Amino acid sequence: MKYNLGALIVGLLFAIGLGLSGILQPANIIGFLDVFGKWNPTLLFTMAGAVGVHFITYKLIRKRKTPMFSKDWFIPTRQEITPALVIGSLIFGIGWGLGGYCPTVSVTSLASFETRPLIVFVSIIFGMLLFGFLDKKMNLKSKLE
Amino acid sequence: MATEWTMGLVGGVVIGIAVSLMLLWNGRVTGVSSIVYGVLVPVKGDLAWRWYFIAGLLLGGLSLQATAPELLAVELQTKTWIGVIAGILVGFGAMLGGGCTSGHGVCGVSRVSPRSIVATIAFMAAGMAAVMFLRKTGMLI
Repeated sequence: MKYNLGALIVGLLFAIGLGLSGILQPANIIGFLDVFGKWNPTLLFTMAGAVGVHFITYKLIRKRKTPMFSKDWFIPTRQEITPALVIGSLIFGIGWGLGGYCPTVSVTSLASFETRPLIVFVSIIFGMLLFGFLDKKMNLKSKLE
Repeated sequence: MATEWTMGLVGGVVIGIAVSLMLLWNGRVTGVSSIVYGVLVPVKGDLAWRWYFIAGLLLGGLSLQATAPELLAVELQTKTWIGVIAGILVGFGAMLGGGCTSGHGVCGVSRVSPRSIVATIAFMAAGMAAVMFLRKTGMLI
């Protein structure tokens, strides 16, 4: 139960952080990516805040033998740069720039009860399922690893 | 403008605390695309916490909606069909690339993972190119 409640609190805090930083407004994402237009560096400060905190806490937390509510760590250990990583990230970035929504923002923005985030959210789910389908049919990911 | 930057930093610190608690409590990376995908295609015994996390994101959104709805203000940037294409690319690309802004951009960069640093540079560069394309073609409203 602690495990689930922990996840709930993390989600809640994450959403508040997104709201405070202004990232829930697609205009701010587009503004950050608009380097040759009207550049808005706010997201850079958000990244610096988030990475700055977690860079320090990560090292401290990993000194523990185990997490508090779990027996094991679940942390990616891979190092190699693969075509799947680069191509996937480029595709993700194009979508991010075109819409101004990343997955996290699309979920939290559903709480606005507006149609736009709902449309983007459903499209993201569709994109994920499309990937899952193609991956199953033709081993898309393993071919690009 | 200066307050906007300060708020950006404060929001970032809160996000940093959130992902740190996920690591400290559950030993996990807060990678939202893979958390959501794990709900769509569930693995037995690894489901409940994902719903709780998503519920938390929504609860946070609802509390913002109740107290400071302007933070959730949706400003239309482009036509609807572009939003649809954007969403599909985001969902597809995050799965192929093994992460999104939260998993690679925040958690991965924080632990200085070479994969996440490359992913973050790639999606930022691609995002900048996409916005430039929207500008050049006059599709940005």
